Amino acid sequence: MLLQKLFDMHIIWNFLFSGRYDHLSDMLTKVLDERPENAVDIIESISQDVKMAHFRKKLDTLQNENEMLPIYETAEKQKALFLQGNLEGVDQELEDEIAENSLPNVMESAFYFEQAGVGLGTDETYRIFLALKQLTDTHPIQRCRFWGKILGLEMNYIVAEVEFREGEDEEDVEDEDVTEERDDGDSDAEENDEDELPRTFYKTPQVIPKEENRTGANKYVYFVCNEPGGPWVKLPSVTPAQIVTARKIKKFFTGRLETPIVSYPPFPGNESNYLRAQIARISAGTHVSPLGFYQFGEEEGEEEEEVEGRRDSFEENPDFEGIQVIDLVESLSNWVHHVQHILSQGRCNWFNPIQKSEEEEEEEDEEKEEEKGEEPEYMEQEVGPPLLTPISEDIEIQNIPPWTTRLSSTLIPQYAIAVLRSNLWPGAYAFSNGKKFENFYIGWGHKYSPDNYTPPPPPPVYQEYPSGAEITEMDDPSVEEEQASRAAREAAVLPVAEMGESEEDEDEDDDSDQE
Amino acid sequence: MDAESLLLSLELASGSGQGLSPDRRASLLTSLMLVKRDYRYDRVLFWGRILGLVADYYIAQGLSEDQLAPRKTLYSLNCMEWSLLPPATEEMVAQTSVVKGRFMGDPSHEYEHTELQKMSEGEKVFEEEVVVQIKEETRLVSVIDQIDKAVAVIPRGALFKTPFGPIHVNRTFEGLSLSEAKKLSSYFHFREPVELKNKTLLEKADLDPSLDFMDPLEHDIPKGSWSIQMERGNALVVLRSLLWPGLTFFHAPRTKNCGYIYVGTGEKNIDLPFML
Repeated sequence: MLLQKLFDMHIIWNFLFSGRYDHLSDMLTKVLDERPENAVDIIESISQDVKMAHFRKKLDTLQNENEMLPIYETAEKQKALFLQGNLEGVDQELEDEIAENSLPNVMESAFYFEQAGVGLGTDETYRIFLALKQLTDTHPIQRCRFWGKILGLEMNYIVAEVEFREGEDEEDVEDEDVTEERDDGDSDAEENDEDELPRTFYKTPQVIPKEENRTGANKYVYFVCNEPGGPWVKLPSVTPAQIVTARKIKKFFTGRLETPIVSYPPFPGNESNYLRAQIARISAGTHVSPLGFYQFGEEEGEEEEEVEGRRDSFEENPDFEGIQVIDLVESLSNWVHHVQHILSQGRCNWFNPIQKSEEEEEEEDEEKEEEKGEEPEYMEQEVGPPLLTPISEDIEIQNIPPWTTRLSSTLIPQYAIAVLRSNLWPGAYAFSNGKKFENFYIGWGHKYSPDNYTPPPPPPVYQEYPSGAEITEMDDPSVEEEQASRAAREAAVLPVAEMGESEEDEDEDDDSDQE
Repeated sequence: MDAESLLLSLELASGSGQGLSPDRRASLLTSLMLVKRDYRYDRVLFWGRILGLVADYYIAQGLSEDQLAPRKTLYSLNCMEWSLLPPATEEMVAQTSVVKGRFMGDPSHEYEHTELQKMSEGEKVFEEEVVVQIKEETRLVSVIDQIDKAVAVIPRGALFKTPFGPIHVNRTFEGLSLSEAKKLSSYFHFREPVELKNKTLLEKADLDPSLDFMDPLEHDIPKGSWSIQMERGNALVVLRSLLWPGLTFFHAPRTKNCGYIYVGTGEKNIDLPFML
């Protein structure tokens, strides 16, 4: 059957194309060499393959350059990772390195996470490990941790959580508009003396300042890179406005940090800020540790601090003896949050915006008393759960418990570890084997909600100006009304004219009136 | 992903982060062999894992000779004992579309859904609230079916269609070339074609009927619901679905390795248009 088909094709081809005999013989050679089964069925593919073989690039025999394919570029970059250890004076540096170990043992955590079924594959993790080492070598870092991986549309982010050494903090070079801007009628009044525009009593809500470095949501600094071997980029600190807006939008990350975020409400910043805000939210919501691992530092003399000065620092408990893995799995109260909860204001420590505004109100009172506008409202201080609360107190999402606990293996429970999976932030995992623990995130970076996302509606139209004669709209007067008012006005003019003018004028006026 | 190349495939798909623990992997390797023998399947695919609150479901699918024939789906809670699931029907899909939220992890769990049904007694027509019980197994079946219909992927050229009808695995498929691998049009939905007949004759003239008999991913609505990335330099192309987050398709260009796996909560991402 094969021969018959070939014979037919041979005739057709000879008829249509002269010189295709070569192709036919190439094909036959290939079939005889490779002897595939069912050659008849795949004869078309064989024919195409042979044709493609003709078009392979002829190698330049003079210069044997390697092609610059992206795959080779990446391999080169990663080779640099592996070779970074070859510096001069190796011995001294080796000792130094081993002494100040700020690098976490990523492979060990990866091993435990693999038991839980979470992980990036061994060699990828090793490359990330080397990339972290490169990060710690180039920056003055006290402590570093592999936070996780956030997936994006075009590229992914590998995130490292870093704490700089004391005093080595690199200040942000950004220009922050932290100054309180108030859209008073003051400046307007000075400028437009001739034409008094109606003054609005809209005052821009005070910008809530971001938290200082090393406190609250900005406790750690985050570095990201797109792939191990790529350059590490520092993410800017997060501001409360960014967190508040990030809670209202839901967008995929593209993988490029300068992408603008187009959304409603408009996000103040680009993708790097959105990424940082989501990282802050995820850390605050899902970083947990076994009860007792961390304890509060010794109390300093201020016991009667205002509620603002809640404890926000903790340290490792040297007497921690570990908790049984079974206990960790069965009861959620054995795990505590060790990252401060972010209030709805967007900060961890409450900032009272009323204080400042009261001072300014006093200044204003002297100048203009009418411009009171709104009374300073009493704002309730927002309170969140204090640090180191057990996660059994976390709120459920519509009858779904916020955490799922598992033993990593039911077949061999003696050496199993406890695995926590967050249902609120899908992709957040924590494990503990009793003594050690670690948190990890791998996912798209969004919160889970069983209901679909609805964008917030635009606010109602704001009543900006006091209603008064200048502003309220009135209907245009009808013809009768106009004539009536004109008659009334001219009637008022008459007595004046009588007093000042002569009778002639009066007559004239009378005449003109009657017209 | 093919049960025969399970380990390699899991390694290639590990970029999404969710994989399997060593004991699950070991159990899968043995149990899928046994499933293939017992049910006499031509190929067994490890479909993925649906995360439930109490337990996870591990899903496998068995294929017969004809690759596009309806697949048999099996589920297991411990990767050792597999149970066959009934095939999905339209009715099931409609019924379970009202259930929202996570899977429990218990196949006998029943969701309660109250709906108003018009009951007529004689002449009176009134509405009564009826509580409908929906079993989790039904929901599982319909979700797997929806995911398969929506986002199961296969590269162009991996299957070919003979004039007699059945669809075979293409033994000369050497993998997509690099340039082809980066385009969405070289990947097809692994299901009966739906939009193929709507194409104009002009478009169909360019297609090869033995290879292009399924819908490409290119024209999926909404546009941009697939994220295509090259990992490890250009050695691996990974497609992730944004409509059903958790579905990862991987392919190493110029090799035969390809496959997809779903690890997720089994919920559709309805917010997709807001998120793009």
